[in-house]
Amino acid sequence: HLVSGEFSQFNILQKVSTLKDGDFVLTESTAILIYLSFKYQTADHWYSSELWARFHAHKYLGWHADCIRDTFGVPLWTQVLAPLIGVHVTEEKVERNRATTDRALQWLEDKFLGGWAFLNSQQVTLADLMVLEELVQSVALGCDLFEGQLKLAAWRDVEAFLGTDLCQETHGPILNILEQTANKTVLQPPPELSLYMLFYISRIP
Amino acid sequence: MGLELYLDLLSQPCRAIYIFAKKNRIPFEMRTVELLKGQHLSDAFAQVNPLKKVPALKDGDFTLAESVAILLYLTRKYKVADHWYPQDLQACARVDEYLAWQHTTLRRSCLRALWHKVMFPVFLGEPVSPEMLATTLAELDVTLQLLEDKFLQNKAFLIGPHVSLADLVAITELMHPVGAGCQVFEGRPKLAAWCRRVEAAVGEDLFREAHEVILKAKDSPPADPTIKQKLMPAVLAMIR
Repeated sequence: HLVSGEFSQFNILQKVSTLKDGDFVLTESTAILIYLSFKYQTADHWYSSELWARFHAHKYLGWHADCIRDTFGVPLWTQVLAPLIGVHVTEEKVERNRATTDRALQWLEDKFLGGWAFLNSQQVTLADLMVLEELVQSVALGCDLFEGQLKLAAWRDVEAFLGTDLCQETHGPILNILEQTANKTVLQPPPELSLYMLFYISRIP
Repeated sequence: MGLELYLDLLSQPCRAIYIFAKKNRIPFEMRTVELLKGQHLSDAFAQVNPLKKVPALKDGDFTLAESVAILLYLTRKYKVADHWYPQDLQACARVDEYLAWQHTTLRRSCLRALWHKVMFPVFLGEPVSPEMLATTLAELDVTLQLLEDKFLQNKAFLIGPHVSLADLVAITELMHPVGAGCQVFEGRPKLAAWCRRVEAAVGEDLFREAHEVILKAKDSPPADPTIKQKLMPAVLAMIR
């Protein structure tokens, strides 16, 4: 179906999803999702042809890039990836991330879910897919994001819409990450990746 | 009431929208929202954009925030020339790719460069350690290299032979560190040549007009204590 291999070990470390269609190579999940929805003429609700709905989706995606990306992925770095290269992320940064996450969730509920079933829409869109994958990243690391967030908890029905089998297949690797860490079965990153990982860790606010 | 654009030309995305609208002769009312006076934090502005950020758009009853959404809206509504956001699937995907990439990379680096080099010390009276500034400028350097290697390569513009939304968004970002006194084009002849081409494509007068404010950022008078207190949380959240 949609994005494949996003949660493979290699891609978690690279933090890149990539599409290759013949000679055409494309990165950035938003761009890939839009490309796929046009090329394969997916059902309209994913990327609505109704202009106001489409622009609301882009409005969300802009905010998502600033406030959701690089926020919900932090627990994976602090609990799994940084320790793999012997780096300890300070408690201060962990706390700061928790506070940023809480604020982002509140905004998600208040400004983007509001009275809608899904983000700015009564139907599932690409935006919901982007958010789901970010939230699952955090949930897999034991963060209880949905407690006290009734609208967000209801929104999680998006998983039912996608189908349990597909969700299990996609989320399997990330949901097992803590178990793999405990069993020390997480792949050791190759040395050439360490510099990139250190750079990313240094950017955690 | 026609189209209203809520902008402060101090902000990179606002400049992109301003240039785009003017270049394409899109009629609009300019509603200046002065960020350094905290006007974006007012309840009145929250009616236009509950996210309390510029740029914002109001078109009759329809309001919209986030620069990429606004640019795409204007592109569609005013049926601008195809090269800005091509119909061709792959060319369009390239613009989408750049617009998605730049949020956490060039946008972030350019914003930090301006604030760490100029706005924190000069406007807010908050010193920035040499180490922090050095890290920020080093990160900017890496990002500029990525811009050249991954996007520009040997093309005339970021996605091909013609100027697009990607170039407009990129160039207005780069003017942030330029406004802070960073020599972003030094040792980067390819990027410098691309910059000249984008300026020529949008029109040098328009480009100069849009960048008057940012080029005077170094001369910002210090914020008074009330304003500083009001702005600090939003600034710290923005810079992270």
